[in-house]
Amino acid sequence: MGIDDLAGVGASSADAQAAQAGASVSLVIAGSGGAGVVTAGALLLEAAAAAGWFAWMTRSSGPQIRGGEAAAMLRFATAPIHCHDDCFDLLMAIDWDNIERFAAEIALDSRSLVIGDQDLGQAHESLLHSGPRQASLPLKRLAATVADGRPNMVALGAIAQLIGLPPPAMRQAVQTHLARKGQAAIDASLGAFQAGFDHAADLPPVRRLAQPQAAPSARWSITGNEATGLGAIRGGVRFVAGYPITPATEVLEWMAPSLAKVGGVLVQAEDELASINQIIGASYGGTPALTATSGPGLSLMMESLGLAVAAEVPVVVVNVMRGGPSTGIPTKSEQADLNLAVYGLHGDAPHLVLAPVSVPDCVRTAQWAVHLAEALQTPAIVLTDQAMGQSRAVIARPEAATDGAGRELARQTGDGQRYQRYAVTASGISPMAIPGTPGLAYTADGLEHNEAGTPSSRATDHQIQLDKRSRKLAAFDFGKQWAEIFDAQAGPGDIVIITWGSSTGPAREALERYSAKGGAARLVSLRLIAPAQPGPMAQVLGGARRALVVEQSHSGQFYRMLRAFYDLPRELRALHQAGPLPIRPGQILDQLDAWRN
Amino acid sequence: MDAPAERKKLAARDFKSSIKPIWCPGCGDYAVLNALTKAFVELGRAPEQIAVVSGIGCSSRIPAYLSAYGFHGVHGRALPIATGLKLARPELTVVVTGGDGDGFSIGGNHFLHACRRNVDLTYIVMDNQVYGMTKGQASPTTAPDWEGSKLTPEGTGINPFQPLVIALASGANFIARVSSSDPVNIAQIIVEAVRHPGFSLVQVLSPCITFRPEQQEWRDQVRTASVDFTGDAARAARRLMTDDGFNVGKVLFKGNRRPFAPDAASESCSVTELDREFEV
Repeated sequence: MGIDDLAGVGASSADAQAAQAGASVSLVIAGSGGAGVVTAGALLLEAAAAAGWFAWMTRSSGPQIRGGEAAAMLRFATAPIHCHDDCFDLLMAIDWDNIERFAAEIALDSRSLVIGDQDLGQAHESLLHSGPRQASLPLKRLAATVADGRPNMVALGAIAQLIGLPPPAMRQAVQTHLARKGQAAIDASLGAFQAGFDHAADLPPVRRLAQPQAAPSARWSITGNEATGLGAIRGGVRFVAGYPITPATEVLEWMAPSLAKVGGVLVQAEDELASINQIIGASYGGTPALTATSGPGLSLMMESLGLAVAAEVPVVVVNVMRGGPSTGIPTKSEQADLNLAVYGLHGDAPHLVLAPVSVPDCVRTAQWAVHLAEALQTPAIVLTDQAMGQSRAVIARPEAATDGAGRELARQTGDGQRYQRYAVTASGISPMAIPGTPGLAYTADGLEHNEAGTPSSRATDHQIQLDKRSRKLAAFDFGKQWAEIFDAQAGPGDIVIITWGSSTGPAREALERYSAKGGAARLVSLRLIAPAQPGPMAQVLGGARRALVVEQSHSGQFYRMLRAFYDLPRELRALHQAGPLPIRPGQILDQLDAWRN
Repeated sequence: MDAPAERKKLAARDFKSSIKPIWCPGCGDYAVLNALTKAFVELGRAPEQIAVVSGIGCSSRIPAYLSAYGFHGVHGRALPIATGLKLARPELTVVVTGGDGDGFSIGGNHFLHACRRNVDLTYIVMDNQVYGMTKGQASPTTAPDWEGSKLTPEGTGINPFQPLVIALASGANFIARVSSSDPVNIAQIIVEAVRHPGFSLVQVLSPCITFRPEQQEWRDQVRTASVDFTGDAARAARRLMTDDGFNVGKVLFKGNRRPFAPDAASESCSVTELDREFEV
């Protein structure tokens, strides 16, 4: 059976354009439950990583708890990438069942190639609005030519052929992946892979990637949720309590066995109220502690975060944001818990809010959050999101970093003076006694208190302690890590993009493209969301006359926060859109171009 | 763990802080405070080896009145704080104190799961069947026809929570009821509760003479339970079926469930070794 070019485009200009080698290639594998989409995506990522490419993979699935249609969205590149591209070069449909559910997530254009098995039907019209090229590949029939061959492996062979993935890398991945299933399973998969690879030589072209040059040994394959857990352990966290919630559960699931290996403990709590209070108890006992949750859980934790502020107990809360409010869209991303994290506490409650700027940065930011919480004896909320947390990326190995001293502990003085747990100091940081230290017993309290910790409703004690707690954060030198700054090759120019969290990925790519066109601009991504850093921001903004704020929230939460805390250029635009669809680099580039013209 | 040999023998007053309680004269909680200090002496632990954790309410003020490590947290969450502390620092003696509203209403879910989880904690609930700190509202253990609160002027109309029944059903490893009218007995039972592994519940009938003055009669209504503890949960359950709430002074149930105590000390690899699973 030959290749049937359904759209009849042939060697058109679209083919010619598509065939140009690029810095990255993007593809989707989709199919019904049992089609092996998730396995195919994982194998492809593994092979691409082994071959030395960088990679980015997200998954989408139907509402079923188990099984059901699934889509694996992958992007490969010769340089580090931090988001999906504007469009996918290739959609490989193993079958067409319910694929229209993913249509909104599968951005295509006229250069895209949609491949499916004609024997199983036609592409759903929702996929064809943008006029992609189409081709058929007899996945099922080719699979049948190999004993126990499966269509998903045929599809992988075709993909390898189309994008230029070296077959040895895929063979190695198959062998590693299926080692437990025995040689017959490996042979079946390799045979089906080869059938797809050979057959696809005649398919219309898609973008091919250059062969990798760098040694893949320096690469990691990691999800944002895993990276966050790793960073927390690097930062010293040895106690975790958590309650399952999508999309944060993987932070906990990765940490459970990992903590056990390094002498830590993870407890599955009865609810989020218990999670936050258990970690407050552990941290009061001297063990750096963390919980991970998502929006509804963070809401439940708010009262006790106030306790951690007042009693000055360091804790870290990782909040992997999802679409809200309420149950919202649990499996998809949005940056809309910013207001909650920054303003959600009752009373005047100085605390830390941090946000990683990329998947690899989850390691660094989580580690830094632990350090800051410990050093400042206050809670730190780390905001990631579903798109960052559940994406798997092949990245350059994150560098190890150190943060210096953490919690300042009180030592027994022996001078007979009563220990002042909340002593007023220049820095606002009062040395903390750990239970077990003789002579320093005190009661940590959420009631307002005097310096000794004795409950007090006196105006002067309230003022003194409010000042002290606020001074801890205001007087602290957060250094250069408060934000990541990226400049175009032509320099910062007079345009600055201000963004945060997973919106940083598309913003970086937009800046790169703008830079490649000779544009001058600067990108600022805030790693430290609270406390605000108006001084350093003023320096970074320099002479910028125009600022574009980019975020994934319906109401522009980040834009409003920036307006409240920072002096911004007068010409100010905001690109804020609700989840769950990701912001694409092209959307940001369009804004920059509009300004330039 | 015994106190260092060179340390002088501690007296009950060594476990008292200089802070004067906010309680009303005649409050049953004074007896519990005194009993706790006596129990700590009997246990032979140094003040720094003890942590007393509480939530919010009159009785939850106890940590500040003691000379030991303390944590006065938020309403209803004393048990999770204590759980985290004990799991992170298993060598500490962790005692949880609070009232019926804190423990059985706002903190009810944690109570169930603390019994179930069976961490080695001792939970002392001063039960006065009223919210005292907020000036006299019905609590989960208040009788349905109590009309003393403006919030529920015709009574709550709902049956009271049965702490001992719930504790037994949920898996608590030690269950006792005592009366604030017998502080010596309270101290003895607290010592037993702390020494018994796992989660121990000690319910103290502790009258609120301000909002429930009729509870002063409890002194005459309580009686020493007629039988000693059982290790048989079914037998303990049968006793509770005929219990009118005034059998005090003895342990009802002592189980032998293994406490939940994950081993935090078994370090098998360095942090940098965790990196390996991510290497391509």
